[in-house]
Amino acid sequence: MNPTIDYHALAPEIVLTVTVAVCLLVDLVARRSELVPRLASLGVLGAIVPVITLSVDGANRTMFGGTYEVDNYALVFKGLFLIVAYLTILVSFHYIGEGDYYRGEFYVLLLTSVLGMTVMASARDLVTIFVALETITIPTFALAAWRKHDTKSNEAGLKYFLIGVISTAVMLYGMSVVYGVSGANKLVGIREYLVDTNEPALFAVGVFLTLVGFAFKVSAVPFHFWAPDTYEGAPTPVTAFLSVASKAGGFVALITIVNIAFFPSKGSWQPVIFVLAAASMTLGNLAALRQTNIVRMLAYSSVAQGGFMLVPLAVAADVSSNSAWEGVVVYLLIYAGMNLGAFAAVIAVARRTGSAEISSYAGLGRTDPALAVMMTIFLFSLAGIPFLAGWFAKLVMFRAAFDSGTTGAVILGVVAAINAVIAFFYYAGVGRQMWFREPDPAVERTAVPTPLTLNAAMLIVTVGVLALGVYPQAIARLGELAFTPG
Amino acid sequence: MDLNAFLILAAVLFCIGIYGVLARRNGVLVLMSVELMLNAVNINLIAFSAYVQDVSGQVFALFVITIAAAEVGVGLAIVMLIYRNLRSPDLDKIDQLKG
Repeated sequence: MNPTIDYHALAPEIVLTVTVAVCLLVDLVARRSELVPRLASLGVLGAIVPVITLSVDGANRTMFGGTYEVDNYALVFKGLFLIVAYLTILVSFHYIGEGDYYRGEFYVLLLTSVLGMTVMASARDLVTIFVALETITIPTFALAAWRKHDTKSNEAGLKYFLIGVISTAVMLYGMSVVYGVSGANKLVGIREYLVDTNEPALFAVGVFLTLVGFAFKVSAVPFHFWAPDTYEGAPTPVTAFLSVASKAGGFVALITIVNIAFFPSKGSWQPVIFVLAAASMTLGNLAALRQTNIVRMLAYSSVAQGGFMLVPLAVAADVSSNSAWEGVVVYLLIYAGMNLGAFAAVIAVARRTGSAEISSYAGLGRTDPALAVMMTIFLFSLAGIPFLAGWFAKLVMFRAAFDSGTTGAVILGVVAAINAVIAFFYYAGVGRQMWFREPDPAVERTAVPTPLTLNAAMLIVTVGVLALGVYPQAIARLGELAFTPG
Repeated sequence: MDLNAFLILAAVLFCIGIYGVLARRNGVLVLMSVELMLNAVNINLIAFSAYVQDVSGQVFALFVITIAAAEVGVGLAIVMLIYRNLRSPDLDKIDQLKG
């Protein structure tokens, strides 16, 4: 029996795979290392084309016995991952080109990781989710340790690797129990089992371990301790990629598996997500408050943002409509853009001052107003100031929490509200350094111009953040589409 | 078939693996402990697969074996890298990033 293969549905993955292979070959043959990032970005843009044609077509395409599905939900995330990949390449272009780095391999590994993400968006069984998750993470272990001679980068890679494999092992153990109890590998099969039978306590153990594994991947408290170290030690474009794309990959897996498979067994997953959400928001924000290094601050802020994203997920079982699920997706899409922008600005500043200390941002508003304006927009958007995109993300999160109306959800909403206020302080702290402090004469500045690619990436994100802040219906529509059967 | 015997074996192996990951200081031994954890998963998967008469568990185990190999390959490369820079596989010496 031969499986029927729908090449149109698989086109984004095929284009990416071919690009990876071509990049590897070109890097081997051609001396001009600039060619590889150009080819890589072309490949990513090429992979967006079938995503668009597929979404215009609109039909659900199911393959391989229901284990691989290309529906609206998958397409929304594929689009997000490819756009983030393109922006990451823009941000990396000069950073990787100028340092003591292997240039060609960097983009090969980056695109391999993106390939894993596009597969993840379509994965509908435990095996495919596992394989996609590993395709996302294994290349990023090497990327985090990319500065071979820098022991900090080595440490970042090692910590990320160890946490990565341990969390995978825990997740797999959980998945094996889930499989054993339900007897099903496909997520739909697990759901059918849960609807038909009263699941034993062992199933809850499996769900718990699976969720713990994912919590490591999305760096939710108390499984977040690796994130600040890895983010600080890794090359900054890699950090941007990890905190946005690979985190989103973990979230997509989490949403898929909870929404499709575990959903009927509310008691086994809801308390876990609830605790993760509350702990991530609170501890992430409190730790971010006392950071002096901006990368570490953004690392803890991304832990806290992960907590905000988990809030709609924690209440999803109590909301009758899809609005909670849409909330997670909308928050994820907006977070990806604004966080990537913030890291791009960090790279641009570090090119001038060679420092990632927050004190080196003093007087940036005077020395480089354009950069300071963009950085302010990203940070205020992360803080959720009205009429920037991040505001709408917070709004849908709160709406989900208060719509459901259960006591737990309201408590979670209140915790989130307090945290949104705390978060404002450290985001605004950087803003104060930029606009109300004199430039520190001790910090050496070089007048290197910001490269075009980096500026382009920041401009694209700025326009996106401003446009979605004024016209959030566009992103809300995407969230709606994701959960509308085609 | 006595499913419990397999499950207990897997659980014990998994716990030994976790203990090794937490207690061992040598990078290579930590990697071996991770292998123990992953193989505990394989025993679980295959036992369940035989028990529920469904082949997909065995397919899952094959994927786990393959990917574990890739994972340990990258891990060994990183441990090698650190050994070159620090002349030691001792993980306690890697403590520059804190806070």
